[in-house]
Amino acid sequence: MNRSTIDLWVGVFVVAGIAGLLFLALKVGNLASFSSSQTYQVQAKFANIGGLKVRAPVKSAGVVVGRVADIRFDNESYEAIVTINVDYSYQFPRDTTAKIGDGVMLKNGDRLRLTQSAVVLENLISQFLFNKAAEGKPEAKEPAK
Amino acid sequence: MRVADVRARLERLGSGVTFHVLRLGFASRFLAYLVLHSGTALRRFHLTIAEIYFAGVLSLIIILVSGMFVGMVLALQGYETLQRFGASESLGVLVALSLVRELGPVVAGLLFASRAGSAITAEIGLMKATEQLSAMEMMAVDPVARVVAPRFWGGVLSMPLLAALFSAMGIFGGYVVGVQLIGVDAGAFWSQMQAAVDVRNDILNGVIKSVVFGIAVTWIAVFEGYDAPPTAEGVSRATTRTVVTSSLAILALDFVLTALMFTGGNHQ
Repeated sequence: MNRSTIDLWVGVFVVAGIAGLLFLALKVGNLASFSSSQTYQVQAKFANIGGLKVRAPVKSAGVVVGRVADIRFDNESYEAIVTINVDYSYQFPRDTTAKIGDGVMLKNGDRLRLTQSAVVLENLISQFLFNKAAEGKPEAKEPAK
Repeated sequence: MRVADVRARLERLGSGVTFHVLRLGFASRFLAYLVLHSGTALRRFHLTIAEIYFAGVLSLIIILVSGMFVGMVLALQGYETLQRFGASESLGVLVALSLVRELGPVVAGLLFASRAGSAITAEIGLMKATEQLSAMEMMAVDPVARVVAPRFWGGVLSMPLLAALFSAMGIFGGYVVGVQLIGVDAGAFWSQMQAAVDVRNDILNGVIKSVVFGIAVTWIAVFEGYDAPPTAEGVSRATTRTVVTSSLAILALDFVLTALMFTGGNHQ
């Protein structure tokens, strides 16, 4: 086979291979979403983050509005600081739970005050058990005394 | 009698171990020499292109067809299990993650070893047996630079592309069976897949795996060919050894790479 035919086929092969890689990156993976768009950063403190990981999607009303950028531990408050990159096209009120629509939106560098920790089943059960034990204590102690 | 027997066995074991360690040392030296002398293969790039044609383009059919079938089987089997838990919408995630992380690089590597690796060994071994390599040396042409290096780089460059095509084809096969045949919702199939597959964690690691497998397979193939005893039997044994050794190398390396990539990184 002459050289130009080989070159042609190798070219086709390389193009097909790169197309396969692009297909994997764009169609199968999530490179296209939120990689090029502008984001602003907000921070939130959590008492417990459970199984939260970097790059986890942040959803509002079920729609992905951003991604977790960083998770750190705060040495002063003993809480987890989660940095979130939120897409610029989504604006959220500064105090979402108390007053909706007072016009003050979260901006770059703001901190979310009201957070809800991850629900850890073991903690719930242990809290329940300790409460039960505390309720039962006086009655249990009296016969002992 | 018995002491002599045990002693003879120990000696055989020791010589076997020494032989393999020696061969590994020679193979490493050969790889270093090969990489240092691959200037010709990269300067006269058409030599490498001819080998990409030989190792990559001619392996396309087997890679594409088997990728398609692997994806289709994954979709059938995965649907069977997932629908028991009412999670048949996650079929795309299952198919894509298994292909991109594991099956794409590994199965493409195994096919590549048996399709292209064995052919490289047989070709170099036969060149050695018919004294073509010695003839080159007589003409002051380095056979490693002229014959071995282009085959090495051709294999190394082809393998990631073949693995990517295998995964892409497998996902297409999974789509055909899962969505067209079984009737999983197409939107859920793609969107759940896109939400779960991470470009850096999954796809890039799969590509790294396929590059490593490509280097391992082609290295073993060119070394076995170059080291083959110059007889018909020697070449046939070297070809068999290429397929066996590179398959084992792929599976062992896959375990090591998976342990490095997917268990360490996920506990952040």
